[in-house]
Amino acid sequence: MKKTGSQILLECLQQEGVEKVFGYPGGAVINIYDDLFESPIQHILNRHEQAAVHAADGYARATGYVGVVIATSGPGATNTVTGIATAYMDSIPMVIISGQVPTPLIGNDAFQEADMVGITRPCTKHNYLVQDIKDLPRVIKEAFYIARTGRPGPVLIDLPKDIQVATLKYTYPDTVKLRGYKPTVTGNKRQIDKAAKMLLRAKRPVFYVGGGTVQSNASGELLALAERLQVPVTTTLMAMAAFPQAHPLALGMLGMHGTYFANMAVTDCDLLVAVGARFDDRVTGRIDAFASKAKVIHIDIDPTSIKKNVAVDLPIVGDIKNVLGALLDNLADQDEAVSESVSGLQDWHETVSHWKASHPMGYQASTSVIKPQYVIEKVRELTDDDAIISTEVGQHQMWTAQFFRFSQPRTFLTSGGLGTMGFGLPAALGAQVAFPDRQVIDISGDGSFQMNSQELATLVQYRLPVKIVILNNNFLGMVRQWQQLFFEKRYSQTCMELPIDFVKLAEAYGATGLRTDKVDEVGAVITKALETPGPVIMEFKVAREENVLPMVPAGKGIHEMVLAS
Amino acid sequence: MKHTISVLVENEFGVLSRISGLFSGRGFNIESLSVAPTLDPDTSRMTIVTRGDDRILEQINKQLNKLISTIKVVDFTGEEFVERELALIKVATESESRAEVLRIVDIFRAKVVDVTARSYTVEITGAPAKVDALLELLRPMGIKEIVRSGPVVLGRGMKGVAG
Ligand SMILES: Cc1ncc(C[n+]2csc(CCOP(=O)(O)OP(=O)(O)O)c2C)c(N)n1
Repeated sequence: MKKTGSQILLECLQQEGVEKVFGYPGGAVINIYDDLFESPIQHILNRHEQAAVHAADGYARATGYVGVVIATSGPGATNTVTGIATAYMDSIPMVIISGQVPTPLIGNDAFQEADMVGITRPCTKHNYLVQDIKDLPRVIKEAFYIARTGRPGPVLIDLPKDIQVATLKYTYPDTVKLRGYKPTVTGNKRQIDKAAKMLLRAKRPVFYVGGGTVQSNASGELLALAERLQVPVTTTLMAMAAFPQAHPLALGMLGMHGTYFANMAVTDCDLLVAVGARFDDRVTGRIDAFASKAKVIHIDIDPTSIKKNVAVDLPIVGDIKNVLGALLDNLADQDEAVSESVSGLQDWHETVSHWKASHPMGYQASTSVIKPQYVIEKVRELTDDDAIISTEVGQHQMWTAQFFRFSQPRTFLTSGGLGTMGFGLPAALGAQVAFPDRQVIDISGDGSFQMNSQELATLVQYRLPVKIVILNNNFLGMVRQWQQLFFEKRYSQTCMELPIDFVKLAEAYGATGLRTDKVDEVGAVITKALETPGPVIMEFKVAREENVLPMVPAGKGIHEMVLAS
Repeated sequence: MKHTISVLVENEFGVLSRISGLFSGRGFNIESLSVAPTLDPDTSRMTIVTRGDDRILEQINKQLNKLISTIKVVDFTGEEFVERELALIKVATESESRAEVLRIVDIFRAKVVDVTARSYTVEITGAPAKVDALLELLRPMGIKEIVRSGPVVLGRGMKGVAG
C-alpha cells in the first residue's frame, strides 16, 4: 500500500523505537502533525523550538536513546540551531526533522524558507535535504544510525512539504550502506597491550575521564579498572556522574574550576590516560603546562580528537567500553604484576592524600546569608541517589559540578561544550518525560532561568514534576565574577536591576513557588518542594557576590590556581 | 609545507560545501580545489592543494575522513605522483608581437585554441611550474584574461586509488 511521506516518517520513527518526540507545529509540518493525531508516538508540545531540542537532548542524555525533534520551516527551524549546536558540542545522539518549503520553491526566498542544510552543516554530524520521496526511508534509517553510532551527534533531516504529501510503497531498510562511515569500535590489540604495560609501569598515573565514557556506558568498566590498578580518577564537567565522586580514588573535576588535588595530580603525573575526553581549553589551561611530565594515552572513538590539542604517546581509537573492557581482560591474568604495580603507587597515593588534606573543596559557611554551595549540598542530601540533575550555565553550574557528589551515570545533564544558558530547564523536562517516576531537578541561576522559563507551561501541561532550584544572586554571576577579578569590579550589564518574583511566575503557570532567604529554611523548602506534586520553583536568595573557586585565570597553567581563602 | 590531497566523495547534493566549509570553519587553507565525477557517477574526486605543518595536515586528513560523505583521502606528499594543470590564457597581440607569442607557445608545446585579429587564446597543460613559466614569458605581451584549473594528480605506477 502506498503511504504519504509524513506517514512514512512516523512509521519509520516507530521502527526506530521512538515513543516520544518533542516539537512545535507550523505550516511546513502540518501534514506530519495531522498524522501524529493518530500515531502512537507521543508528542510533547514545548513552548519554543530551542527548548524542544534541549528537551530531546535531555531525554537522550538521561537514557542514551536518540532524541527526536520536529520543527517547522524558517523560524521554527532556525530556532532549533542553538539546541542542535549544544548537542553537537557534547556529542548527543539526536534526529531533528525540519519542515521545508516545497521543492519547486526552494531557493526562491519563499515564505518561511531557510537553508537549514547550509545553516546546520557545521553543527550537525550530518544532514539531509530530502528531494525525492524514494530516498526518505533510507535517509531516516541512515540518520538514526549516524546519530547513535561512532561519536554520537545530531543529524538533521530537512523535509520539504511536497515530499510529506507525495506517496510511495516502501519497506524500511534493515541495514545501512555508507561507504564513507565506518567507525572503529574495537581498539587495536597491540596498542591495548602497550597501554596495559604503561599502566603497570607508571608510578604516578591519572585517569582523565570525559563525556565519551558516559556516551559509551562505560562507567562500570572505568570503576573496575581504576580499582584494579588503584589509579586516581579526575572527571571533566561532562563526566562528573561517570565516576562515583565519593569514591576514595575520585579527584573531582579538573581544569579552570577544578579541585586543587585534581589539577596538581594532572600537573605532576607521569602517565595521563585520557578516556573519552578531548583536552578542551577549559580543562587544559595553558596547554604547554598541562600534564607536561606525563606520557599520554588517549582513548577516543573519534580520531580527530586525538592529537588535536596535545601530543599523544599512545593513541587508541575505539569505543571506551570496548577498550576499557579489553584492558581489564588484558590485566585479568596478571595478578602478580598488578599487585606489584599497585604497591608501587603508595608514594603517589600519599602525595594525593596530602593535596586533598591541605586544600579540600570547601567554601566559607554562613549562618546569616544562604551560600549557594550550601543549597547544592542540601539538595544532594535530600534527594535520591538516582535523582537527575540538570543545570543552566554559570556559577551555579560549576558549584553543582564541584559540590554535588554524583554517584550514578547519566544523572548530570549540563551543557559543557557550548555552555548554553537556558539548557537546564528543558533538558530536565526531557529527562522527566523519559523517567516520570524519578526526581528531576534543574539547578539554575536567575539569569539562565529566564532564557527558557516558558517551559513552565509545558511542565504543567504534561504534569511533569520537575523541581527547579533558582540560586538567585540578582546577577549574571559568572560574568560578574570575571568583571570583579579582571575588570576592576566594573559590573557592566551584569546586574539584573529588576527583581523578578519567581514565586508569582510559577503561580502564573499553575506551578508552585517557594522562596526563602534564611539559611535555616533551606532544608525545609527543598523537602517541601520534593513532597509537592507537579513542578515547583524554589527560589533561594543567595549571597550575591560569592565566587567560584578554585579558579585558573585565563592563560595560566592549571596548577596556578586562585584558591578559596 | 604544500600538500596535494585527493579526496573521493559521494557525488551528492551539498558535498562541495561540506568540504569547503570544513576548511573555512577550521581555519585550514585551500590553495586550489578541483572536482569532477569519476568513472562511477556516484563518486566524485577532488584534488585539494593546501598548506600546513604536520599537525595541521593530520587534522585535515582526519577531519576529511570524518565527514560522512568522504569515501577516501590520500595525501600524495612524499609519494611519486603525476601532477598536471590546465590553463587558458588570452594574450593581446599587436602585429609585431604575434610571431613572438607563437614562438613561445611552440617552445612550451602549448596550443593556440582561439584567434582574433588582436588576440590569441593559448591552452597549456603541464605541471603548475610550467604554467607559471609560460605566464611569466607571456606577461610582457599583455595578458587580458587567464583561467587555471588547479592541479589534478594521480599516483605513479600500477596502484590505483578507488572508492
Ligand atoms: C545563551 C548564552 N548567553 C550568554 C552566555 C554568557 N554567560 C555565561 S555565564 C552567564 C551568567 C549566567 O547567569 P545566571 O544564570 O544568573 O547564573 P550565575 O552565574 O549567576 O549562577 C552568562 C551571561 C551564555 N553562556 N549563554
